[in-house]
Amino acid sequence: MTIRFVLMVNKQGQTRLAQYYEYLTLEERRALEGEIVRKCLARTEQQCSFVEHRNYKVVYRRYASLFFLVGVDNDENELAILEFIHLLVETMDRHFGNVCELDIMFHLEKAHFMLEEMVMNGCIVETSKSNILTPIQLMEKSS
Amino acid sequence: MDTIMNPFSSGTRLRDMIRAIRACKTAAEERAVVRKECAAIRASINENDHDYRHRNLAKLMFIQMLGYPTHFGQMECLKLIASSGFPEKRIGYLGLMLLLDERQEVLMLVTNSLKQDLNHTNQYIVGLALCALGNICSAEMARDLAPEVERLLQFRDPNIRKKAALCSIRIIKKVPDLAENFINAAAALLKEKHHGVLISGVQLCIDLCRVSSEALEFFRKKCMDALVKTLKDVVNSPYTPEYDIAGIADPFLHIRLLKLLRVLGQGDADASDAMNDILAQVATKADTNRNAGNAILYECVETIMSIEDNGGLRVLAINILGRFLSNRDNNIRYVALNMLMKAISVDTQAVQRHRATILECVKDSDASIRKRALELIYLLVNESNVKPLTKELIDYLEVSDQEFKGDLTAKICSIVEKFSPDKIWYIDQMLKVLSEAGNFVKVEVCHALIVVITNATDLHGYAVRALYKAFQASDEQESLTRVAVWCVGEYGDMLVNNVGMLDLEDPVTVTESDAVDLVETAIKRHTSDATTKAMALVALLKLSSRFPSCSERIKEIVVQHKGSFLLELQQRSLEFNSIIEKHTNIRSALVERMPVLDEATFSGRRAGSVPTAVSTSTGPSTGASLKVPSGVSKPAAAPLVDLLDLSSDDNPVPSSSGSDFLQDLLGVDLSPAATQSGTQPSKSGTDVLLDLLSIGSPVQQSSSPVAGIFSSNQATKAPSSPLDGLTSPATQPVLAASPPAASPIIDLLDGLAPAPSIPEKNGPAYPSIVAFESSSLRIMFDFSKPPGNPQSTVIQATFTNLSSNNYTDFIFQAAVPKFLQLRLDPASGNTLPTGANSNVTQTLRVTNSQHGKKSLVMRIRISYKVSGKDVLEEGQISHFPRDL
Repeated sequence: MTIRFVLMVNKQGQTRLAQYYEYLTLEERRALEGEIVRKCLARTEQQCSFVEHRNYKVVYRRYASLFFLVGVDNDENELAILEFIHLLVETMDRHFGNVCELDIMFHLEKAHFMLEEMVMNGCIVETSKSNILTPIQLMEKSS
Repeated sequence: MDTIMNPFSSGTRLRDMIRAIRACKTAAEERAVVRKECAAIRASINENDHDYRHRNLAKLMFIQMLGYPTHFGQMECLKLIASSGFPEKRIGYLGLMLLLDERQEVLMLVTNSLKQDLNHTNQYIVGLALCALGNICSAEMARDLAPEVERLLQFRDPNIRKKAALCSIRIIKKVPDLAENFINAAAALLKEKHHGVLISGVQLCIDLCRVSSEALEFFRKKCMDALVKTLKDVVNSPYTPEYDIAGIADPFLHIRLLKLLRVLGQGDADASDAMNDILAQVATKADTNRNAGNAILYECVETIMSIEDNGGLRVLAINILGRFLSNRDNNIRYVALNMLMKAISVDTQAVQRHRATILECVKDSDASIRKRALELIYLLVNESNVKPLTKELIDYLEVSDQEFKGDLTAKICSIVEKFSPDKIWYIDQMLKVLSEAGNFVKVEVCHALIVVITNATDLHGYAVRALYKAFQASDEQESLTRVAVWCVGEYGDMLVNNVGMLDLEDPVTVTESDAVDLVETAIKRHTSDATTKAMALVALLKLSSRFPSCSERIKEIVVQHKGSFLLELQQRSLEFNSIIEKHTNIRSALVERMPVLDEATFSGRRAGSVPTAVSTSTGPSTGASLKVPSGVSKPAAAPLVDLLDLSSDDNPVPSSSGSDFLQDLLGVDLSPAATQSGTQPSKSGTDVLLDLLSIGSPVQQSSSPVAGIFSSNQATKAPSSPLDGLTSPATQPVLAASPPAASPIIDLLDGLAPAPSIPEKNGPAYPSIVAFESSSLRIMFDFSKPPGNPQSTVIQATFTNLSSNNYTDFIFQAAVPKFLQLRLDPASGNTLPTGANSNVTQTLRVTNSQHGKKSLVMRIRISYKVSGKDVLEEGQISHFPRDL
């Protein structure tokens, strides 16, 4: 699976979590985030969840005030990525209990750890919520 | 553990920082807060403060996410990774992956820590190291650490095995040579039960197949049965709460497996056969009420389309796509369009059946769907359906969103050009597009339209009348204006006299003054750019001769631009005014109708107009009949192309393009005019005018005045022509008033023009060289220098086939170092017959920015086909004559 980046932005367009699986300079990332977020946020609920931008295909999904955006290769299964976003949100929900923007902001590293357990080098590595959360819970217990 | 050391529970300062940043009202405030924090973190780093190390890093991650530079934190990551505790390592590795900027030194430093952690006794630490390695590993690290990863593929804990599998993917991508070491281990992973290991193992197999054909063969032979069985188990598995999504067991694993089957089945009938049953089962069993079910179905259809043909399955797949396409969910429709795009190559007829639905999608309110549908429709157009489809698209153009018009227009133009059954249809459609979305039409498309119009001699009248009507009816569309102005200038008389009426036309009554009105409107519009205005001036000049009764009025319009701030317009205005006023006797000859433009030359130019450092040029497909070497006379049509190419910047000579253009424009018709009239005064008179109008253009080569007239191609100016001009009564008064300089009229009209350089009769001669010789091919270079420009050299390359076979698809390429600039003209042909007498020639223009200091040098590559086989020859040429 070739996920190129995972982004979480609020509805003001501020980035709340960003993980890239390919190297982009800071300027490129800022520009890319700006363009993509503008494009996606302007779309209505009825429109489809896929936006083509440069050589990326962006699959996005909105949860209340949070947008989850995943950039993928052109030959990726878009519907599966939508399902993946939902799985990510459910995993976070299970951990934080009805996850919200602030949970992610103040526990940025935990959000990253979860994502890290799910995606490695752009490929999905684990899809079981309990498998994903076990190491994180172990770590919490020990500290 | 001390709370101060733990960023997760304590977080006093991390939380404070985030609060402070969130409280910022403006970007400037935010920058100030971040700057202060960064300063504090740097200070803390300098003090080598252990206690705050990982809280600092947590802050840096946040700051980095906001888009501020955080490279100074990288060394902190390394220190944290090297420490012994799990929490420190964990945040250190995370920081490394986020903050790393691909600097090799940092990667080198971390390699050792990674190696230690891969061998750690704590499996969570091993997992961390694998994860980091999988995300950031470079080729060197891959070589150093591959043995550790291989070993970990057999680790007892599945969570380590899955990470090792993904890590292996990164390694084989970086160093494909290592692939064979992983093939057996990957095959073993396919038999696992743990879903995480399976999904990573399948992905590893896919990537192995991509880099190694050996792996592909191995998996095809040894793993097909196991894979099919695994997929069967997943499809039929009972409810598994851990992996269940909407009643479907692990759709992600489904999809991965289908993808691997696709890779294995592509191009292999046996493998395809083996998977037919299970694919049919997946396709019929998937639950289409759920997104997850549709995702599986979508992947399954793609696999069916890609593997070797099995009629029944293909029909099933196409039907599924048809269902998708009529689904109300936009996501499903989008993927259906995406999939149909791939299906076209497999079964065009099946996709054609959905044409009407796809056309509806072009008009969808959703930009993503529109874009996909438009690309699909573009592929579906053929000779038989071009008319109705174009009509639909053009109708839609009227109501489409502004932002979509660009794409849509480009596609329509391309379709019309490619499939037009006849010229009148082409002209009609292009006019509709120009009227509707002229501002989105590319310059080249307008040029192509003009070329087509001139070639359709029986449609000139029709075209100009249609353009007149379209211009009156439409609002301001730049490219429509240009084409209309050009045609009215050329065929204005046909407009007024209704020449060449077709049966289908409604007669129009247009007076001479109406035609001038049109051009006047165009020139006065504030939206018209300089090119349009310049074209309008030329059109006016032409009309002044076609409609003598309007001559006075035209003169007034032309004169209005003599004070234009744009030099180009000012110059034209002055020159044209002078022609209208003083040179009525030659005016009609000057502004004669253009000869038919050569379509092949135009399309050749269009194809080759991409300037690159290494220029490549292939002879046009029509072959050797089309000779376009410069410096020698071109076919009469070529300058017209120059005229049309006004705004293109691939002009070889850095000349003042305007006057060049003008010269081309007016020079074109001279040869027929001169030969027809044949009288001496008119001939020399034109010659002077030719000079008069070629102000400022650099002298290309010396030639006799007559040759100047006949070649009329480059800015050829005969040194003696002004003298000839003295005999012309028309110009005498002007000449008398001017100082006896080389080209007196020039100074008179335009003091700003550079003094014309005096051409050398014979430039310094350079010996020809044999640039390249092999057993099969010889290349000769002949050199000449355009006078007045010592830096540039024109090289005439002559290719001779020394073998006894003919060469086809002959392509010559050359590359030069930075201080040189190289431009290749098209070759005289792309077929090189055997024998010394049948050569191909090609002109190269080199500009040496280090002229006098460095000699020319060039690397060349020649490719051609001998009886179907590709041959490639390469060489370096460094024995150019000095001082080139």
